Amino acid sequence: MTIEQAVALAPASRAIDLIGGDLTEKSLRLHLEGLPGVDAVGLEARAAGLGTRSIKTTSKAWALDTIIRLIDLTTLEGADTPGKVQSLVAKAMTPDPSDLTTPRVAAVCVYGDMVPYAVKALGPNSGVNVAAVATAFPSGRASLPVKLADTRDAVAAGADEIDMVIDRGAFLSGRYGMVFDQIVAVKEACRRDDGTYAHLKVILETGELNTYDNVRRASWLAILAGGDFIKTSTGKVAPAATLPVTLLMLQVVRDWHRLTGERIGVKPAGGIRSSKDAIKYLVTVAETVGEEWLDPRLFRFGASSLLNDVLLQRQKMTTGRYSGPDYVTID
Amino acid sequence: MTMEASNTRWLDYAPAPESTSILHLKKSYGLFIDGDFVAGSGRSFTTISPADEHSIAEIASADAGDVDRAVAAARKAYNSTWSKLGGADRGKYLYRIARLVQERARELAVAESLDNGKPIKESRDVDVPLVAAWFFYYAGWADKLEHAGLGPNPRALGVAAQVIPWNFPLLMLAWKIAPALAAGNTVVIKPAETTPLSALIFAEILQQADLPNGVVNIITGAGETGSLLVNHPDVNKVAFTGSTAVGRAIAKSTAGTGKKLTLELGGKAANIVFDDAPIDQAIEGIVNGIFFNQGHVCCAGSRLLVQENIETEVVDRLKERLVTLRMGDPLDKNTDIGAINSRAQLDRIRALSDIGEEEGATRWSAPCEIPAKGFWFAPTIFTGVETSHRIAREEIFGPVLSVLTFRTPAEAIAKANNTPYGLSAGIWSDKGSKVLAVADKLRAGVIWANTFNKFDPSSPFGGYKESGYGREGGRHGLAAYLTNAVLQSGANK
Repeated sequence: MTIEQAVALAPASRAIDLIGGDLTEKSLRLHLEGLPGVDAVGLEARAAGLGTRSIKTTSKAWALDTIIRLIDLTTLEGADTPGKVQSLVAKAMTPDPSDLTTPRVAAVCVYGDMVPYAVKALGPNSGVNVAAVATAFPSGRASLPVKLADTRDAVAAGADEIDMVIDRGAFLSGRYGMVFDQIVAVKEACRRDDGTYAHLKVILETGELNTYDNVRRASWLAILAGGDFIKTSTGKVAPAATLPVTLLMLQVVRDWHRLTGERIGVKPAGGIRSSKDAIKYLVTVAETVGEEWLDPRLFRFGASSLLNDVLLQRQKMTTGRYSGPDYVTID
Repeated sequence: MTMEASNTRWLDYAPAPESTSILHLKKSYGLFIDGDFVAGSGRSFTTISPADEHSIAEIASADAGDVDRAVAAARKAYNSTWSKLGGADRGKYLYRIARLVQERARELAVAESLDNGKPIKESRDVDVPLVAAWFFYYAGWADKLEHAGLGPNPRALGVAAQVIPWNFPLLMLAWKIAPALAAGNTVVIKPAETTPLSALIFAEILQQADLPNGVVNIITGAGETGSLLVNHPDVNKVAFTGSTAVGRAIAKSTAGTGKKLTLELGGKAANIVFDDAPIDQAIEGIVNGIFFNQGHVCCAGSRLLVQENIETEVVDRLKERLVTLRMGDPLDKNTDIGAINSRAQLDRIRALSDIGEEEGATRWSAPCEIPAKGFWFAPTIFTGVETSHRIAREEIFGPVLSVLTFRTPAEAIAKANNTPYGLSAGIWSDKGSKVLAVADKLRAGVIWANTFNKFDPSSPFGGYKESGYGREGGRHGLAAYLTNAVLQSGANK
């Protein structure tokens, strides 16, 4: 099958500003293929170097609280129930009942049909957002109308943020325009009746993209199409988030900011389980795009078990001794 | 939990100093001759920490009599013990040394950073692991010399006189001692006067390893001691790493004496960045090329040759990156840039940088807080550098990068080769065919593609022209310590 090069793409404003008004499959492709390459060895060496930073005392205390503030506390299981979601929300609001100075997490992340329960459990003014995965998560294998309905449904139910997946099959077969148009359409489906938009996170599923060059192209594509965040993974595919992939996506976001002055968020998701690992991500963010990105509006961890490890570390810093898994709640 | 970080930047990271409690230093160190520490007859000197100028230990200085004794000990050990041992037994000692270096790695790393000023993350993650790797590698060759492709029946030379520099004190010691012992020679080695500490701890390791007395002798002192050593009539081999001026003097004085000579001298390496380079990795490579070890690297990529259409972008990104480098206490695990090794070296870096400005190049230094004590120089970039400028021609041996531009690959090659040196070069491009075509035309001993300052014991290292002659590392490195060694390659042309 050949790809029709002259097909006009959805008129997303960022892409038009950067590539020009005659936005087509071809002009998008030329732009993405003109991006500088990524040297895998060098990228991984840089990530490993950032991973050797030694974060101690006051810096560690700040880091632990910051990690909590940046967590999208997640449950994405077929077996999820309203009760499970309610318990997750309770944990998001009060992560450590033994220490009420513990900050709240950024958001809870659930499947679309669980959004009403999450919204209800959080109540008004909790400061915790509800994020819903949509667009036939995690595979994305559904028709566009189904993906859009999935999205609208979650937004209507009160989701503040939508985590969509890109069509990796289309991307890998070179149909950049199709991936682009779908993101633009989903973004439009995030529009609420009052004209505001739910925040759109675009999941690239980097574990399926195979090369760092692809990750860079997909990141640019997602931003050009209007994504507010670029997110590594669904958590359902191995490898999920890795430090080199996250570093690369942060470099894209930094370059976008240099170019346009606009700030895009990054969300590594899946596989980040320990405070030690999460701190490496904070270091990578701070030394790549700057400390201002360590803000829930610009950086998130998609994680479930990470929170409890951070709470244990936090208790250790407060009390001077390690407690154990029975001193943090399971959710 | 208290939150103190509110008005300071988190990026300033709380101090994370490596503990020095692992070090058990003596107040003074003698010379290591014939298996024992003995007093030196020269005027002793103090070795200081370049980070805060505090005294670390009193170090003996070897005079002519001491040098005689050290060479005699090496000769005796060669005749009576070492030349009689089989290769497998020599290898056994080398393996033992390698393992002891690994066991005492943290101690060696702390000593190295303390005495040299280099960041602990480099001594811990680069220097000391490579030291162990070098001994492991040459241990393996000790009983296989006949199969090294160096001709039939290769034989040891005898006593090797070795003089090493201060930039990688322990690593240069390993580069010298490991192949010498594997090939069956005995050694008298002199570390640099500003960085003797790790060599003296290494002497303790030799005792621990039960290496026969006199096989390795370590004598300390300044240039005069080194001169006495390399000119001693009873040495068969001279190996020197250091400045081109001293190397030239050694070449003169050893000429016609029958001593086999290898010299590893200065460099002014070109790091060539094409416009199709993987840009983020190239920036890292430029940083690693010139700011690794404060630029105290003979193969440092001190001349950045960047394709003119991406010069602004590369320089802007480079500056942004340099702002995140952390300069300070070498023993802090988060330090990226340590101290300049000595006041003399700092003066030289300052003088050449001033000349750079006078000649019309534009200077930019990373905004670093310079500690009150010690020797420090902020990472510095010169743009608008012409090939005729002294900062583009002379080795600065410090954290100073000269940026030049080129338009075509042919121009890049011409400019890269237009230097009296020829130790190393780097090429950055995503296009493999271009990398190979350019590498083929560069006259430098080591050429890195899409990386820089990577070392491996199996890879030969050495220079063209004023960067010296002979090769260290790999099979080639053995040839420098063997007679009858015929190496079928272009390395010694």
